[in-house]
Amino acid sequence: MAAPVYQAPPMPTDAEIARDVRREKRGRIGGRGALYLAATAFALFAALPFAWMLLTVFKQNSDLYDPNLNPFLYNDPPTLQNIGYLFAQTEYATFIRNTLLVAVLVVVITLLAAVPAAYSLTRLAGRWGESLGIAIFLVYLVPPTLLFIPLSRVVADLGLRNSVWSLVVVYPSFTIPFCTWLLMGFFKSIPWDIEEQAMIDGYSRIGAIWRTVLPISIPGLLTVVVFSFALTMHEFVYALAFVTSSAQKTVSIGVTTELIRGDVYFWQSLMAAAALVAIPIALLYNAFLDRFIAGFTMGAVKG
Amino acid sequence: MTAGTPAVDLVEQRPSRYLLDRAGVLGPLLLLPTVVYIVALVGVPLVLAILYSLSDVTVGDQSLDFVGLRNFGDAIGNATFRQALRNTFVFTLVSQVAVLVLANILALVLSADFKGKRLVRFLVLLPWTTPIALGALGWLWTLDNVYSPIDFVLRRLGLLGIGSPLGQRWEGTNALWLAWPDLAQLTVLTVHVWRTLPLATVILLAGLTAIPQDVKDAANVDGAGFFRQLVWIRIPLLLPIMAVAVLYGIVFTFTDMTVVFIVTRGGPVDSTQVLASWAYFRGIEGGSLGQGAAIALFLFPVLVGVAAMMLRLARRTETV
Repeated sequence: MAAPVYQAPPMPTDAEIARDVRREKRGRIGGRGALYLAATAFALFAALPFAWMLLTVFKQNSDLYDPNLNPFLYNDPPTLQNIGYLFAQTEYATFIRNTLLVAVLVVVITLLAAVPAAYSLTRLAGRWGESLGIAIFLVYLVPPTLLFIPLSRVVADLGLRNSVWSLVVVYPSFTIPFCTWLLMGFFKSIPWDIEEQAMIDGYSRIGAIWRTVLPISIPGLLTVVVFSFALTMHEFVYALAFVTSSAQKTVSIGVTTELIRGDVYFWQSLMAAAALVAIPIALLYNAFLDRFIAGFTMGAVKG
Repeated sequence: MTAGTPAVDLVEQRPSRYLLDRAGVLGPLLLLPTVVYIVALVGVPLVLAILYSLSDVTVGDQSLDFVGLRNFGDAIGNATFRQALRNTFVFTLVSQVAVLVLANILALVLSADFKGKRLVRFLVLLPWTTPIALGALGWLWTLDNVYSPIDFVLRRLGLLGIGSPLGQRWEGTNALWLAWPDLAQLTVLTVHVWRTLPLATVILLAGLTAIPQDVKDAANVDGAGFFRQLVWIRIPLLLPIMAVAVLYGIVFTFTDMTVVFIVTRGGPVDSTQVLASWAYFRGIEGGSLGQGAAIALFLFPVLVGVAAMMLRLARRTETV
């Protein structure tokens, strides 16, 4: 027997090439199809309660409360009455005012505490800064459900029982830790040289911070504003535990406790109340989400 | 102070400025407000929670009388508490396993390019970006006993109503999602998955974009297909970031009471009660602060465990 001789594999025929191309294409189209299918399924699942919410807002009673009608259609013409009812007949406007008051004051308190703290931890604390920063961030993860019972006593001792001011005092206890951590990320990315140069030019350290670090960190400060605002709007447990009179309630508890009365639900107005707040916050949050995640991943992801 | 200040003034002001310019003085000073806030409104309440749990304090009688571990004993002796404890763990574990699987798929979908991606991304993130109380309210209405649009679809599909292939329970005109204990539990689970899926997904997406391009290129050159790359490259490289995503998911579902409070109120017959909601009903609505504090403290060991794991992950990424 002769030694085996290397033989090149036969060249594929045109038909075979065409078949392979077809297979490849079919695979890719199948892939695209699966992609769109998955994207649609996830979007539907996520948006379902919101879509139903929005559809409900504009429905008339005769349409909404007839289980035989197709709920996905407007069997009677859409109406704006439910939104009018919300503002004219309920305390919704008060809830919004309370929420905005709390949110704005919490943002201010958070900035006043978190900016100096983050600067101190990144620039002045040396090697302890990072560890201390992580410790402060972990405080953010201590849940309201663990603290609300003793805090209800603290709030009462401060004379803030049943007042929207109790929330102004308590909310920074979770916005400050989170925002300090976010800002540390920003300050770390600013080179030392800039403020050093300002100090050599005769500014005090505070002056240098004011004139160099803060203007450069405006995106970071804006992130802090957005997140202390959003986290305040999201909070539910403390508000539920501390505030019981309707004139002092914020949106998240006012809508869910005051507008639901016994078995009589005004679902259209209720859904309008939820959607009018939920959607603007979602848009705002969405615009800054990447920075939020950068804070959450604690540098575990390096871009 | 402006740049035009005469030199003499500068010299006169030096001593005070030097003090504030010293890192050892300015550092703690700037940190002070934050530390005071955390100690006063997180540290003190945490200590108070432990004191309360060991005392007979109520809303009416605020004096702290030490009663030892009686509150914990009473809590464990209560059948609702045991149900709540079990629910808390089951809801957390099952929802986070589901989130881990779904988030990996969703992250793959969102890392591809397709038409309408921005809209899909916005919609998919909605459950996380809207206040949970309002999202839960949306679910309450979506799963209404009479007017649920899901029931309407099921009726049209023939799955609900007389002759339903799903069994006798589904023969009525409505599924009664929140009236059956098992369906109510499934609902709470689903809402938790719905709410934490976006967070896990965006964390994974951040991890995906951080996989170095040369690794992907090398795999492509070597002819590794989609699934090979998934198993040998993406998943191993993403493991630490998946751990981060799951840890946050655990914190947010384990300690949550808003979903249960709004969607089921712990019912029917306490079948969906969790530790946090039970602590609220006993401590705030029932007025027994000591009992409530003891119940809430059962959350603590798991939180400490999660914090420890986060620290390990953070340290690992520091040394890499």
